[in-house]
Amino acid sequence: MFEYAVRKLAFGVLVVFAVTVILFAVMQLMPGDPIRLIANPRMTPEKMEQLRHQWGLDQPVYVQYFFWLARFLHGDFGTSIVTGQPVSFLIATRLPYTLALAGLALLLEYALAVPLGLIAAVKQNSALDRGIVFVSTILWSVPTFWLGILLMLLLAVKIPVFPISGYSGPLSIVLPALTLTLPALAGTLRLTRSEVLEAVREPYVLTAYAKGLPSRAVLIRHVLRNALIPVTMMFFLSLPWLLGGSVVVESIFSWPGMGRLLWKSIGVQDLPVVQGIVVIIAVLTVISNVAGDIVAGLLDPRIRLEIEGGER
Amino acid sequence: MRALVLSLREALKVRTFAVGSAILATVVIAAVLAPVLAPHTYQEMNIPQALTGPSRQYPFGTDNYGRCVFSRVIYGSRIALEVGFIVVVIETLIGVALGLIAGYYGGAVDRVVSFVTDMTWALPPQVLALAIVTALGPSLNNVVIAIAVVSWAQFARIIRSKTQALKNTPYVEAARALSESDLSIMLRYILPNTMGAVIVLTTLALPSAILSTTALSFLGLGAQPPQPDWGVILKDGISYMARAPWISIFPGLAIVWTVLGFNLLGEGLRDVLDPRLKV
Amino acid sequence: MAATTAVNPAGPILEVQDLDVRFYTSRGVVRAVDGVGFEVRPGEVFALVGESGCGKSTTALAVMRLLTPPGRIVGGRVLFDGTDLASLPEAEMARVRGKGISMIFQNPLSSLNPVYRAGAQTQEAILLDNVPRERAMRLALDVLRDVKIPDVEERARSYPHELSGGMRQRVMIGMMIARTPKLLIADEPTTALDVTIQAQILHLLLELRQRHRTSILVITHDFGIVAEIADRIGVMYAGHLVEQGDVFEVFDHPLHPYTRLLMRALPRIAKGEGRLETIPGSVPNLLELPEGCVFRPRCPVAADICARSAPRPVEVGPGHLVACHREGSR
Repeated sequence: MFEYAVRKLAFGVLVVFAVTVILFAVMQLMPGDPIRLIANPRMTPEKMEQLRHQWGLDQPVYVQYFFWLARFLHGDFGTSIVTGQPVSFLIATRLPYTLALAGLALLLEYALAVPLGLIAAVKQNSALDRGIVFVSTILWSVPTFWLGILLMLLLAVKIPVFPISGYSGPLSIVLPALTLTLPALAGTLRLTRSEVLEAVREPYVLTAYAKGLPSRAVLIRHVLRNALIPVTMMFFLSLPWLLGGSVVVESIFSWPGMGRLLWKSIGVQDLPVVQGIVVIIAVLTVISNVAGDIVAGLLDPRIRLEIEGGER
Repeated sequence: MRALVLSLREALKVRTFAVGSAILATVVIAAVLAPVLAPHTYQEMNIPQALTGPSRQYPFGTDNYGRCVFSRVIYGSRIALEVGFIVVVIETLIGVALGLIAGYYGGAVDRVVSFVTDMTWALPPQVLALAIVTALGPSLNNVVIAIAVVSWAQFARIIRSKTQALKNTPYVEAARALSESDLSIMLRYILPNTMGAVIVLTTLALPSAILSTTALSFLGLGAQPPQPDWGVILKDGISYMARAPWISIFPGLAIVWTVLGFNLLGEGLRDVLDPRLKV
Repeated sequence: MAATTAVNPAGPILEVQDLDVRFYTSRGVVRAVDGVGFEVRPGEVFALVGESGCGKSTTALAVMRLLTPPGRIVGGRVLFDGTDLASLPEAEMARVRGKGISMIFQNPLSSLNPVYRAGAQTQEAILLDNVPRERAMRLALDVLRDVKIPDVEERARSYPHELSGGMRQRVMIGMMIARTPKLLIADEPTTALDVTIQAQILHLLLELRQRHRTSILVITHDFGIVAEIADRIGVMYAGHLVEQGDVFEVFDHPLHPYTRLLMRALPRIAKGEGRLETIPGSVPNLLELPEGCVFRPRCPVAADICARSAPRPVEVGPGHLVACHREGSR
């Protein structure tokens, strides 16, 4: 188990490094000379050369990369071209908002999806089941950006229950969180339902009954214990998806988070900010993926040995 | 081939597939017969009638330029279907090819391909697509590239594991013994047996492709005005949300309708062709 | 601990009477088990044999009340130690399972829960008797030793997919006899195993019968196994029990035309060369069974009466029953 976890962690670190390399490479390839961007017309070529040397921009690419990486690891993400503030400061003030939004959405998603999925599975083909499946199929087909606008229209504009945008108190998080939660909820609900339905048909469930176990013990210790493995894995994999969705949602609701900052920075080509945010998101994503893998390995011994049948 | 046709007949008996097909039929008809069905062209402006609600003349109302929202939505179906298909075809080709190669050859080749595949998961798909389009410049073509890059990994993964399972079957071994070339083996024996999965995955990739392309268009990075992409229409409508909500509502409904159709179609197919793909 | 019957020490431990099991499917009603009756005596091995789909497994599941819907017991009685299992409420039936009657299944890999260790799964059964956890684990290890698993402590900590096929089947057996049931049902216990392991498992079952006087109901299509361990045999065809009796008696003097054809179809090494005999025709579709005797379409000696009414089992010799109009009337 330990070896498995270490392997996954090491791979995660490798991936983050790869991302930084690619990011750096893309930045290098982008047209435009950073010096020219900040230079004013009165600068002489010599002054520009001096600046270039000062910032290490005349060094070979891989040297620049190492300096850049070193600064990154020390928390220095550079300075925003637009506001002049340190990128790390900009991110630090916005990150909590995004995490709060994504975190709430994730919790809501699972708190609703798992019980509903279970109920639907247990009462398979009943009217309730059909209703639940119908609604989730539709929710699954709804674009997040449209849902946000719709919710805003209905619950903030037409009937002013919630604030339209921005952060003005705890109520402000409701609409954006709902927008993120609902489509994701549909997916998780369907996953839970289908996993439970499949687990019930497994031969080892029959064995459990044959042993003399009462129904409740069979349901919890054999059916759920197995069915919830992929559902639990998805919990960790959902976070990156929610982070991604936050770009659009935060923009629509003017939620002061990282996603909105990313979007605005792309618009004004504020590269250091974009870079910094992308790396943070990559780190969070890799952490989520690794956590998901490790938890899966804990729950399902077949995955630890990477045996066929444990792969999902 | 014959097996495929038989499967299709089986599939039509499945309610989800039938309903999905019916829904998609309406979308396809809208796309194909757009000039006939749309009362106006998608660019026709009628400023005096700007921002009016749904009426006989303008079933979905008008936008701020007096353009008929209904007509724009109808023409938008062309973009949605066209772009969706192109994206998915590219994804499928890349993913299946890489999956086959990785699964068949194994070893170092597999490790490299798997590493690249896993790298695609380093960033959330939305962010990755955003980054790619930003780097390449806003246009529908670049959106197609971005989404294809983000999504081929799921194909590769599944085809890879199926290939690994299939490459040890007796008939493949026999073909190898007869010195058949690797490419031939992959195309003649392994690929046909993964067709079920490929079809299902392709059909299920369409909804997400449409959702992603419209999302990027919504952000202004995809189709550019005056193209009547559903995401673009939605975006144009935000500023008038309070006064003229229909501008944003109807294109959204169109997206839901189309995506729903593909989802049902794909699920129906999956139940018939390869239930083990339920993930 | 010897297994003695509570009600009648000399009577059968299991008595199936006129059992009817039907599956109500969307394509029609399947009469999977029709009028089946037999008994298993204390300490004996009874083999229920037949081709795939003849209803033998369904009979076993019906005895355990483990039929999955749309299957249901629609008639008959299943008397275990005097109590009719078919009429028990579920909670009580759960108490009988594992303790009174146990069942082992065909494929031990998929029949064992992959996320629990072997020892824990065995312990789980013992815990049902309200034994404290530590003692239950020790008893579990003892049981696993009884079924001849080497390196018990290590194997007990292993997961099912880490064990070999034979080892898994032993774990399954151990798990199911841990509470010393009086009757063990073995559904194709060796079909998924290598031939060499088969012999070991059969030997193990015989030993259990010896040591604890456990009765065993073996479900199989393999006559080799029957010859190896069965005391009495019941032959099933399309849901009907067409012949039953002492195994040597039935082997040497098969009465039912189906049994006769089966015996002739068995490859015999001693006989030397020659074509393998087959039974002409094929097993009927259980949704559309013929009128009268189910075997009539393939029977070489069918008479008019066979098309009109289904034969009931008749005792032709001591303990030898046959359901055939022609043979039963001699």
